[in-house]
Amino acid sequence: MSMPQVFFAYFAVTMVTLSVLVVTRRNPVHSVLWMLILFVHIAGLYLFLNAEFLAAVQIIIYAGAILVLFLFVIMLLNLRKEETEKRFQKQWPFSVVAGIVFAIFLVLIVKNIAVLAPLGPYTAETMKSEGHMMTVGTVLYTEFLLPFEIASLVLLVAIIGAVVLAKKRIE
Amino acid sequence: MSAMEMFWIFIKVFIAVNVLMLHVAYVVYFERKVIGHMQARLGPMRVGWHGLLQPIADGIKLFFKEDIIPSSADKPIFYIAPVIGVIAALSSLAVIPLWKNFSIANLNIGILYILALSSVGSFSVILAGWSSNSKYSFLGGLRSSAQVISYEIAMGLSLVGVMMLSRSANLHDIVKAQSEHWFIWSQPVAFFVFLMAAIAETNRAPFDLPEAETELVAGYATEYSGMRFGLFFMAEYAGMFIMSALATICFFGGWSGPTYGILANVPGLVWFLLKVYAFIFFYFWIRATLPRYRYDQLMSLGWKLFIPLSLANIVVTGLIKIL
Repeated sequence: MSMPQVFFAYFAVTMVTLSVLVVTRRNPVHSVLWMLILFVHIAGLYLFLNAEFLAAVQIIIYAGAILVLFLFVIMLLNLRKEETEKRFQKQWPFSVVAGIVFAIFLVLIVKNIAVLAPLGPYTAETMKSEGHMMTVGTVLYTEFLLPFEIASLVLLVAIIGAVVLAKKRIE
Repeated sequence: MSAMEMFWIFIKVFIAVNVLMLHVAYVVYFERKVIGHMQARLGPMRVGWHGLLQPIADGIKLFFKEDIIPSSADKPIFYIAPVIGVIAALSSLAVIPLWKNFSIANLNIGILYILALSSVGSFSVILAGWSSNSKYSFLGGLRSSAQVISYEIAMGLSLVGVMMLSRSANLHDIVKAQSEHWFIWSQPVAFFVFLMAAIAETNRAPFDLPEAETELVAGYATEYSGMRFGLFFMAEYAGMFIMSALATICFFGGWSGPTYGILANVPGLVWFLLKVYAFIFFYFWIRATLPRYRYDQLMSLGWKLFIPLSLANIVVTGLIKIL
């Protein structure tokens, strides 16, 4: 195996292990912690793909904001009862089997059809010369302006919805 | 990467970490002296000349103190919480340009890297509060998590103006973009927001609610003792250094200094550290002057003043750039 393959293998195996750890922990705070490590690994994978901006944003948004919110909510709820109850429903062995079968199918499919998209203008070399942040920004505000604006509108609707739900009616 | 480059990186890491560690030890002394004199006291005077050896005595004391762990604490998390804080603070140092072309790593996303690590560092406080299994610690941890989320937004947004003006998030490029005039002149609002958010981010007075000693004993650090407590201390002061360095780089021209006469020959590191220490003095000054904010005041200040201000700043900066 070449060096990049070793690198990728490490990240892939660790990420799968970490995901399993996240769903199997009894203590929700421990789950969140394993998730933090998982997010850092995802950021590492982005770096591996020359997407340094995405890597930084992954940590700032997911680890810095969303996970802190998760922790905040978990700490406010009293989850002592959850810890003693059964973790999974009865059908979990079937889910595991189904998951493994699906994984095998995926491997077989990917092995047989080589899906190679045509090489776009944003190669690793252009990323290096222009910088990933600059490239993402330019593309987002020219080529994909409409989807970008739609996404921000959807988020705005969600924010307004949250405010409406949370706001107490003053009588 | 050749062996020579590796060696050079090790030397750089050695220099940067030593600068920071000495700084952490003596800034505590500096703080006690400054606040002492502001309150018409003398500060530490007993150990060494004018108490100069006090930090060393404190360090030895912390090192040999008994390490007490509450019996119902979540032990693994209790152990790693202070370590996360120190590691996050120390690794932020990697992208700070101490003088021209001297930083351990020259990253294109320097600002984002520091913001990312400061958000990872906040986990240290939150987890310490949770894992101690004590009411005071827990309240401290909760306060910290809410405070960090709110003020991180303001901080990130205030730096967007700087990134727009310098067209880069690379800290070296930001300093170079300020060769004509410092960004404090074109981004005063962003500077104000950044400074306040930095104080909240490092849990310093008047925003030190996670450890408010009059109500929460010592907040998240209540159950910590000995060297583990020392690690929190280190993380806090290292964080202050990083935030002051970031303010220096983004708004006060980093390592650049006057270019006339004999002053032009002074190395950049001296100017850089002088500016950083001015900021650190400002931290102490504020701590000695202002009373602590109430929690709801802190939140409304963050969401209703700082975030709208920094958003308006981005819009105005963009308009000026276009016109």
